Amino acid sequence: MSALSRDDVAHVAMLARIQLSEAELDRLAGQLDQIVGWVGQVNEVAAADVPPTSHPLPLTNVTRPDEVRPSLAVEQALAAAPMAQEQRFAVPRILDED
Amino acid sequence: MSTRTRTAETVVPFEEVMRRFDPVMGLEVHVELNTATKMFCGCATEFGAEPNTQVCPVCLGLPGALPVVNHAAVESAIRIGLALNCEIASWCRFARKNYFYPDMPKNFQTSQYDEPIAFGGYLDVEHDDGAGGTEVFRVGIERAHMEEDTGKSLHVGGSTGRIHGADYSLVDYNRAGIPLIEIVTTPLTGAGERAPEIAKAYVSALRDLLKALGVSDVRMEQGSMRCDANVSLRAKVSDDPASVEQAAVPLGTRTETKNVNSLRSVERAVRYEITRHAAVLDSGSPITQETRHWHEDTGVTTSGRPKSDADDYRYFPEPDLVPVAPTREDVERLRATLPEPPQERRKRLQADWGYSDLEMRDVVNAGALEVIEDTVAAGATPAAARKWWTGELARRANSEGVEVTAMGVTPAHVAELDGLVRDGRLNDSMARQVLEGVLAGEGGPAEVADARGLELVQDDGALEAAVDKVIAAHPDVADKIRDGKVQAAGALIGQVMKEMRGQADAAKARALILERLGVS
Amino acid sequence: MTDLTRLTAARMAEGLAAGDFTSEALTQAHLDRIERLNPVLNAYLQVDTEGALATARAVDAARAAGESLPRLAGVPVAVKDIACTVGIPTTAGSRMLEGWVPPYDATIVTRLKEARMPILGKTNMDEFAMGSSTEHSAYGPTRNPWDLERIPGGSGGGSSAAVAAYLAPLAIGSDTGGSIRQPAAVTGTVGTKPTYGGVSRYGVIALASSLDQIGPCARTVADAALLHEVVAGHDPMDSTSIDAPVPPVLEASATRDLTGLRVGVVREISGEGFQAGVLARFEEAVEELKALGAEVVEVSCPHFRYAMAAYYLILPSEASSNLARYDAMRYGLRVGPDGVDSPSAEQVMGASRDAGFGDEVKRRIILGTYALSSGYYDAYYGQAQKVRTLIARDFEAAFSQADVLVSPTAPTTAFRIGDQTEDPMTMYLNDIATIPANLAGVPGLSLPVGVADEDGLPVGLQVLAPATEDQRLYAVAAALEERLHTAWGGPVLDRAPTVESQEVPA
Repeated sequence: MSALSRDDVAHVAMLARIQLSEAELDRLAGQLDQIVGWVGQVNEVAAADVPPTSHPLPLTNVTRPDEVRPSLAVEQALAAAPMAQEQRFAVPRILDED
Repeated sequence: MSTRTRTAETVVPFEEVMRRFDPVMGLEVHVELNTATKMFCGCATEFGAEPNTQVCPVCLGLPGALPVVNHAAVESAIRIGLALNCEIASWCRFARKNYFYPDMPKNFQTSQYDEPIAFGGYLDVEHDDGAGGTEVFRVGIERAHMEEDTGKSLHVGGSTGRIHGADYSLVDYNRAGIPLIEIVTTPLTGAGERAPEIAKAYVSALRDLLKALGVSDVRMEQGSMRCDANVSLRAKVSDDPASVEQAAVPLGTRTETKNVNSLRSVERAVRYEITRHAAVLDSGSPITQETRHWHEDTGVTTSGRPKSDADDYRYFPEPDLVPVAPTREDVERLRATLPEPPQERRKRLQADWGYSDLEMRDVVNAGALEVIEDTVAAGATPAAARKWWTGELARRANSEGVEVTAMGVTPAHVAELDGLVRDGRLNDSMARQVLEGVLAGEGGPAEVADARGLELVQDDGALEAAVDKVIAAHPDVADKIRDGKVQAAGALIGQVMKEMRGQADAAKARALILERLGVS
Repeated sequence: MTDLTRLTAARMAEGLAAGDFTSEALTQAHLDRIERLNPVLNAYLQVDTEGALATARAVDAARAAGESLPRLAGVPVAVKDIACTVGIPTTAGSRMLEGWVPPYDATIVTRLKEARMPILGKTNMDEFAMGSSTEHSAYGPTRNPWDLERIPGGSGGGSSAAVAAYLAPLAIGSDTGGSIRQPAAVTGTVGTKPTYGGVSRYGVIALASSLDQIGPCARTVADAALLHEVVAGHDPMDSTSIDAPVPPVLEASATRDLTGLRVGVVREISGEGFQAGVLARFEEAVEELKALGAEVVEVSCPHFRYAMAAYYLILPSEASSNLARYDAMRYGLRVGPDGVDSPSAEQVMGASRDAGFGDEVKRRIILGTYALSSGYYDAYYGQAQKVRTLIARDFEAAFSQADVLVSPTAPTTAFRIGDQTEDPMTMYLNDIATIPANLAGVPGLSLPVGVADEDGLPVGLQVLAPATEDQRLYAVAAALEERLHTAWGGPVLDRAPTVESQEVPA
């Protein structure tokens, strides 16, 4: 298995939106490299013809009827918002994406 | 970081592009379903509700909340798939599409990835052949899949009001979780210079189809139907865009234009991107694979963000939802509920009604197909139904700026009016007066005719007296008629009608005049 | 006067029904004990004194008025801080959710309320249930009442310590890879992970959706069965909930004879790498099962050796997605990056997630993000899902030879606080015996089978059964418990030193 470099960790942390400090990167990179190497054991198993399991139980077609249920009161919805304005969640400026 | 351009870039005239390049398009249409509740929770889906009043732990992405699939949304998805001639998956799953964005409460969108509910279909699209006729272009449908909509952000501060430069944003999650069906075409080749029109015709045909299915409001202006247009150019090697040689040329780099939210914009945006791509390629630069934004007002696209690592969506099967496995019986039951495809229906009605191509096009353009169908069903002749709805009524609706069906005149009224004319109770001008009364809310046609005293005089004695009087008063005209100039009778008929104050059957008057003058 | 807190939940229910004492007195006795000992144990993050007493008084009034009440009405319960509770802060042990008060109840909380059980408070846990020691709580570790310098297991160490120290007769736990069973084992208590889908997950903060399961923590097998019956059953709000009657666990907990039952000892998780004292107690317990009439066979589950690796791919992958919602936009901690004026949403998310999550959570989110990322999916997440299939097949084969399987619950007794915090890999190995059940969705239960000779700390035995056969766990455990209690002259917890007698570590 390919090793996980410090740069890889920084890149994946960015994908996961965690702004790691340099010290954290130093600490986590080594541990993660070791863990990635270890979990890579799954590739020792010959499983080419084995179907993957995504759900532990073979349930299908669980749906609900299209019937309206009460929503939260708007005060409840906004109660935990770090910031709210005009009955909306106020969030920092959104950059660079559509 | 991408560089942004807000002004129009250099473009090459469209005709010029078409001499050297072959355009390829891919269209992704998102349709909001008109279910009563959201895709994965029981919140209502009313458009225009007060902000954050249609949210719950599930669609707000609160800790611990879990989704449950809306049964009606799955049925709508299957019906859409069937109407687009798709195969319906016998087993498929939802998947999480992971990316961070503040208007997406869970920071993943529950969608479908490599197991869409419907796939491998097509939609035949009619468009102008440029010579007064129509052609059919078959648009391949790669897939239609289920997903959920995002919330809506309002950007505050900054100079432009657009995302860039905003100081902060205000988010309303009412729209978050509304069921969406994403319909993706195959790469559309072979359209050549008709590409922009075909793009528009496809979205229009899709809209008609979804409307006929009754699964969505399909209001582009409200965002319940949205289109993203992928465009690329490749070298043109044949005058026939559908030729084998042309098909063998590899596809160029594409751009994805978002925010294309009207039929007119679909055509304009595709056309603009084609001309912009050509200019970039002519300058020797490669096309950047990126998202672009369409600006309705200025008619240009601007660069969004380049495709990048941020597009590593880390899809995996949604563990909180179990697979969807429609049985064959379910699918056949839903297939039986499909309306006749709009094009086939138009063909059938045109044949039934005996309209010319031109007449039929007028009817379709006037949006009068359904109302004429109802009027004929209520007993009117197809010709009369068309005459009233695309003539007098369409004119009035147009001048008042309302839908033709919203004026208080029903198909039953029009059929009744036509019946009165055919029974000889009213002539054409009297029928118009009766219609006035109906529009004014005076009641049904027979009622109005009675109240206004509008009725053809059935007393032959009065008509004969009037004819004799008019012939006596115009001996010169009478002589011409006697000499065989039958068309001169028109002048006398007019006089007779005047004598009768309009309440006479013109055909009867004509016959009587000719009889009196011995030319019948 | 009897110390009410020492009774079993079943006895409390009987006493309440008979009018021997009131729910208010019973609840107050627990609240008093919590007030006295929680500062030492740190088992509870929140204590809802008013709410618990209000429920207790209402139950007392209803009983006085002759109303018919649910069996456990008036018996107090503790809830792991992973389940949403209206009006009581719910943090999942994370700084990220400090002070967050849910606007809705988890389905299991609704069921506790319907059963009219006073909710004493919310118990401590490893942050977002990631850990086997409760040391990874943002609010400090919970101490094991057997030895205050040791861990009470994890992630549900708050619930296990509360039950073991008589701060609650019953508690709710959640088990993703052993978080109910391993804490039960190291605190001398009973804990069940029901069949996946047997108890609703709605309103329980997700760690790994396809592995998480909610279950009871108690001091006896019958008490666990009582609570199991209250919280189990179909919930239309959880798509993965099983729409079938709850297995007859309570009935099964009266079992005293195992004649004809086939018990399989799983070779791969019952030997190598396990502490000697743990193995000794386990082997004795297997002998006791034989004495109860069971037929013991050895079974092999060859793919279990890959279970840990598969688990540490599937869990982080699902967790990385489940925990993406903690982004400082709608609720939870929001901090800006240092030295940035007017930061963007993206920067605030990055800074808040760095500040709000602890190291173990960050490790797993990054690992999971990596395992799902393009180019690595097939080798990691995809392959782990295949191993999962093979583990389920191993179980199928084993259950064709045996009605239930047994193993030690954990490879060691409780380790010392701080011993494994620097080495995440060593800590992961604590769950080696419990993880396969989560991967396959089968139910498991841990019950105490004595203390290890070398350290005097409790040892747990794990019973596993096929999916939806949860009652088999209770039948085996109840019969064994009865036999051991008889032999010992009482439960193993009687041998624990009192918290009061121990020196409080600095």
